[in-house]
Amino acid sequence: MDLHAMHFPYHPFVLPFTIGLVFVFFYVIGKWIYWISRLGKDDRIKIFKNIFTLKTPQAVYEVFMECLIHRKVFKKNALLGYMHMSLALGWFLLIVLGNLETRYFTHGRINPPYFPIFFEFFEHDLISLNYGRFWTFTMDLLLLFILTGVGLAYFKRFKSKPLGMQKTTKHVPIDRLALTALWLIFPLRLFAEGVTAGLYDAGSFLTNPIGNLFASTLPIHYLYYPSWWAYSFALGTFFVLLPFTRYMHIPTEILLIFLRKYGIAEKDIHSTYTKVELSSCSRCGICIDACQLGSDLGIVSTQSTYFIKSLRYDKPSDLLIDSCMVCKRCDQVCPVGIDIASIRANERKELHLFDENSYKYINGYRYKSAKVAYFTGCMGHLTPSVYKATLALFDKAGVDYNFIDKDGSICCGRPLQLSGQEDAAKQLIEKNIKLIENCGATILVTSCPICAKIFNDNYNLKIPIYHHSQYLLKLAKEKKLTFNKTDIKITYHDPCELGRGLGVYDEPRELLKLAGNLIESSNSRENSLCCGGSLGITNISQEQRHTIASITLDELSANKADIVATACPLCKKTFKSASENIMIADISEIMLDSISDKSIKHNLKIENKEVIVKSSK
Amino acid sequence: MVNFGYTILPVHILDLDKADLNLAKAITFDEPSFKLCIACGSCSATCTAGTFTKFSFRQMCHHIKRGESTQAIDESEKCMLCGKCTLACPRNVNTRNIIRLVRKAKQTL
Repeated sequence: MDLHAMHFPYHPFVLPFTIGLVFVFFYVIGKWIYWISRLGKDDRIKIFKNIFTLKTPQAVYEVFMECLIHRKVFKKNALLGYMHMSLALGWFLLIVLGNLETRYFTHGRINPPYFPIFFEFFEHDLISLNYGRFWTFTMDLLLLFILTGVGLAYFKRFKSKPLGMQKTTKHVPIDRLALTALWLIFPLRLFAEGVTAGLYDAGSFLTNPIGNLFASTLPIHYLYYPSWWAYSFALGTFFVLLPFTRYMHIPTEILLIFLRKYGIAEKDIHSTYTKVELSSCSRCGICIDACQLGSDLGIVSTQSTYFIKSLRYDKPSDLLIDSCMVCKRCDQVCPVGIDIASIRANERKELHLFDENSYKYINGYRYKSAKVAYFTGCMGHLTPSVYKATLALFDKAGVDYNFIDKDGSICCGRPLQLSGQEDAAKQLIEKNIKLIENCGATILVTSCPICAKIFNDNYNLKIPIYHHSQYLLKLAKEKKLTFNKTDIKITYHDPCELGRGLGVYDEPRELLKLAGNLIESSNSRENSLCCGGSLGITNISQEQRHTIASITLDELSANKADIVATACPLCKKTFKSASENIMIADISEIMLDSISDKSIKHNLKIENKEVIVKSSK
Repeated sequence: MVNFGYTILPVHILDLDKADLNLAKAITFDEPSFKLCIACGSCSATCTAGTFTKFSFRQMCHHIKRGESTQAIDESEKCMLCGKCTLACPRNVNTRNIIRLVRKAKQTL
């Protein structure tokens, strides 16, 4: 038959698919235009500046790696990655190659969108055409590729653990409906193509035997049209539901990757970029397992996926907004890379608990003048051994420091900020900036990662800010401090604010390696567990915090280390109240204990248990 | 009359049958650990805000329990939410949440 001369074939069953496709196409284009137009002038300028640079091909590459291959999901679990890849990449290739196939057979003609999708209906005898076997084989192979993914998805509903997920997302009814439609699409395609292959003895390695099986067991003459109707209907249903369900992530994630590459990020308040991020959440549920409120306390309804869903459709409940330790573990594992912590922080800002007069009482107060200003912070004052050890090391190194908040300080503002009280925090920040500037310091060192985080992000100080682990390492590198390396085994706990918050992972490790043997725990660096003492959450009890702390400590001490080192006074305090058996010390205490100069060493008894430091010699 | 430098205290009678204990009830409902407080004052002793002004979490709790909601709300404003009191508390009272609840109550009262 001369396909070239053929008119556009048509059958009414293509309508559900075509209507769905046209609807979703215009809806998504409309949304994209709306989002981009509402981004704000600065962001639009960023897009124009970057669109003709290397960032565009980089974004295309990232779209390929994340939206089709699902690289980050592969990192979580190979089987889970395969499941996502088979559906995304498989479907993409099926569309692309399906189009090429029909273009090839119609000699390059532009066909209506439904034509490649239902090609086997319109053209049965493909094998006799040039390269017909190749095309039918390829299409069967892709269908099989997708069906294995769909099979895994079915399996995951019943047993998710082999796919690396302890818990899966509890979906809303409309998501379940769309999920059902999606799950039916490819089996129905197999059925329709199988019936057609059975009737005309067509198809390749998959559809041909299935067709023969159908021919011998089913009344395929009666099933021919219904099967194609069902396939088209499943596609149409999925497309019409897509914009209102989690599947909106499929088109939105592409936009998100481009916007992010062009330098657009979350701001101080929600923007349309937030809307893009919210719609990009696929509710895959990977954040659920990362959340220690779920794994340690059994609170399973407040994880980021539910928070984001709730914010996308409506207004999240107070419970959803408040139930978060802001440890940023979910940010870390999110395969889409949504800036969940910022979205949540902005959402928390809606509640104003303090007013502009709240902290009027702080005046006439001064910090001590200093060159190197040491600031221990509120939590530091609760753990005097930390600042004592740090200052003893400073003395040894001959640092001209002053302990500026020896007699107390105002709070840095981070705890208020974590609670969403941005205006109140700003009052404290302004006052504290003046106090720090007035003390004339050229370097600011703090023991507290919570303070360090806000000093770094919101203070705009003109002087360098060091966490004490960074500063002690600097002193060691300048040969102002020398340590005796012993064979003590140390596990380092990355505090949330220092690690995921400020990206300081290496300096504390380098420092500890000067004192002993560092052994990593199973969740170190970016995956570090929260100690449970977080100031980001108020609605869990102290007992629940202790539960989190002891689980984290168990994990940290599983490698039989002699001592658990931390770099945060709050973590130390929280761990200490949760366990009596495991030795916990701040990094400065361990360093002081291994100082070479025995004259200043105060036989430090870490947590009332003398550490027997055996010399390596 | 000889002035001895002190006077009789003004009458301060608290009628708990008539006191408005709604705030106390609401806080106890939302944060049950409020009941655990033994008024030891560790919170006030460690308080960061207390270094700069007359502010006592312990006293604020008394105000709440006596039904003196206005005083409690005015007092709570000085808190910086730093969280030291939570760590110092020997009874594991979730002090930061109590402050938040009192501040929230300001908006509803």
